Amino acid sequence: MADASVTTVEGAVEHHAHEHHGPQGILKYIWSTDHKIIAMQYLFTGLFMGLVGGLMAYVFRMQLAFPGISVPGFGVVSPHEYNALVTNHGSIMIFWVAMPVLIAAFGNFLIPLMVGADDMVFPKINRLSYQVFFVSAVLILASLFVEGGGFGGAWTAYPPLSAQGDYNLSSLGATLWLIAVALEFIAFLLGGINFITTMMNSRAPGMKAYDIPLVCWMIVIASILFMLSVGPLIAGAIMLLFDQTIGTGFFDPARGGDPILWQHLFWFFGHPEVYVVLLPALGITIDIVATFSRKKVFGYKIMLYTVVATGVLSFFVWAHHQFIAGIDPRMANVFMVTTLLISVPIAELCFVVIATLYGGSITLNTPMLWALAFMAEFLLGGVTGIFLGATGADIYLHDTYFVLAHFHYTFFPIAIIGTFAALTYWFPKMFGRMMNDTLGKIHFWGTIIPFNFIFIPLFVLGLGGQHRRIYDFQNFPELAAMQPFRVFATMSLIVMLLFQLVFFYNFIQSLRKGPKAERNPWKANTLEWTTESPPPHGNWPPDQLPRVYRGPYEYAHPDREEDYWPQNLPA
Amino acid sequence: MESATLTDRERTEPPRREPAVPNCVIGTILFVGTEIMLFAGLISAHVIFMSERIGELWPPPGQPRLPFEETAINTAALMASGIVLAFGRLAYNQQPRRALLPLGMALALGMFFVGFQGVEWVGLIGEGLTLQSSTYGAFFYTIVGAHALHAVAALICLAWAWSRLWRGTLGKAHFDSVQIFWYFVVLVWPVIFFQVYQ
Repeated sequence: MADASVTTVEGAVEHHAHEHHGPQGILKYIWSTDHKIIAMQYLFTGLFMGLVGGLMAYVFRMQLAFPGISVPGFGVVSPHEYNALVTNHGSIMIFWVAMPVLIAAFGNFLIPLMVGADDMVFPKINRLSYQVFFVSAVLILASLFVEGGGFGGAWTAYPPLSAQGDYNLSSLGATLWLIAVALEFIAFLLGGINFITTMMNSRAPGMKAYDIPLVCWMIVIASILFMLSVGPLIAGAIMLLFDQTIGTGFFDPARGGDPILWQHLFWFFGHPEVYVVLLPALGITIDIVATFSRKKVFGYKIMLYTVVATGVLSFFVWAHHQFIAGIDPRMANVFMVTTLLISVPIAELCFVVIATLYGGSITLNTPMLWALAFMAEFLLGGVTGIFLGATGADIYLHDTYFVLAHFHYTFFPIAIIGTFAALTYWFPKMFGRMMNDTLGKIHFWGTIIPFNFIFIPLFVLGLGGQHRRIYDFQNFPELAAMQPFRVFATMSLIVMLLFQLVFFYNFIQSLRKGPKAERNPWKANTLEWTTESPPPHGNWPPDQLPRVYRGPYEYAHPDREEDYWPQNLPA
Repeated sequence: MESATLTDRERTEPPRREPAVPNCVIGTILFVGTEIMLFAGLISAHVIFMSERIGELWPPPGQPRLPFEETAINTAALMASGIVLAFGRLAYNQQPRRALLPLGMALALGMFFVGFQGVEWVGLIGEGLTLQSSTYGAFFYTIVGAHALHAVAALICLAWAWSRLWRGTLGKAHFDSVQIFWYFVVLVWPVIFFQVYQ
């Protein structure tokens, strides 16, 4: 007992020093250990990388629609540049946009505020996490400009193509890509340790496990999934790095290796990764839906247990990516069954959201529109996944644009719609000002409609037999005939990208001139709304840290005059 | 924090509860969980690699046999280190400074283990087993090397714990964290030993 108290006093002294002698001036934004500032660093880095990834999509979509054209702002796209662009578009959007924004930025910002803590439990590890992430972002961007160009072997980096510079002709780019991905994983391991420990140990007095807002649970479950699945991929990445640099032969058949081994190690991580980014977006959606339909979340515990079940199941579906890689058909059948099974919990989550909406008093403002759009678009992504999960259909559809459209219908709602939902909902808390709702709605419709117009044609192209990794379809007469679909998709993409200017205008204008936000503009229950907007250093005055008396979704309680009942209000 | 600024609110309401498991212990457990999955990845890769070579001449022609017997002695040293550390923890519970000797012994046995491995590697490289010589060699150096790196990191933690114990500032939670990390290094080794050296 004596030792424990020694540790506590030490911790308190350290914290005290950090509060008063923290970095000043511009350094405050670079060298801070405050979870809110680290969240902003992740958010702005992620949004910047999202812009880079979106512009990459513009360049290669232009090449697909108008082959050989000099793309405005880029020039003629060579086949190698095309491969490097699609590879890095995928890697950046998943590892440098979806993960930093949804898990790291919102996890960092929301978890301490929502559980009533003054900061993360390991603030310095938190700072280290962002610094490692920043280095990884610089490396991935640098890999595009080195000799030989960026890595062009797809984000899955299948060997033997990725295993040797002689095969992919970009030995430096491939190695930098791999190191960048590995560093990014380390950053998220450090972040995940923080999220899980903070939610376990730093909750406000009175906050029981089922009083935690679902978005915190989702980010923490996602972190656990990430930490359990990433180990084998790091093992694979070390082996691939040795193949590339030292000349070992783990994955190269010419040197006695086994390329399928990489596929197993990669997809053991790769499939849970989908749920790693899905869960935070789903949690954000649930919180927004509950707030703007003024109703208690239907089946809080059902939701939580379902998500845990999904997480467990997601570790047993990975080989559905390898149905035509030459795995045993009996094994393929097993993985088909688990893959189709996983649609059951996801369907359940959809029904929970619909049941929450049912009979609610719904406000259709910008965050709510994004949240509803998330469910609608993700549903389409999920339903098309059933076709790909069935071995028979997958033999035909594998590696076509059908797959591509399917996973964009899952990842776009997650990474883009989820981000905009969270950003518009928590903007008043993050920056202390309200966003313009009309501009927000214009941006919403200007993003959602073109998004569907981009990817519905790609489903058709995929069913028509268009393979994913082809630079110029004019050499294939049957595919060349479908050129209008490609042009339409590219045009829709340009429209969608242009509408993002509305968002940036709205963001900057609201930041400068938006009306001041009060503490609780949405009349929501969770703890982050009980402090000032934006929250001060330490989140609440040290002697006024909140206490919790009830669950997070007590809207429209029959015994109360007001239709919301904040978690920290004594009964 | 509690004694410095006690307000009315804090006097009337119960203080923030003491966590059941200290932060740094949870952090270490999560970290070790990830590391277990890393080694699970490496070892399962080796299992798949070996299963594809059933019936082939083993070790491959021109490659040395791994020194199973010598390493068995070394394995025993590492196991002993883990056991001594467990006794160190018991001694610490009675009187922190009594743990100085067992903790030091665990540290010395761990250093012996890493040193012995180094000598073994020099011998194997002399016999022609390198990362590039065959996938057999590549797997050996990758897996055993990954373990050796973890062993060195854990030894640095043990040495840090010993120096804090010497100065009398080693808290229970820190001892636990270091202990968990060292047990991970100790317990993952027999799996590697029987899989890789067989």
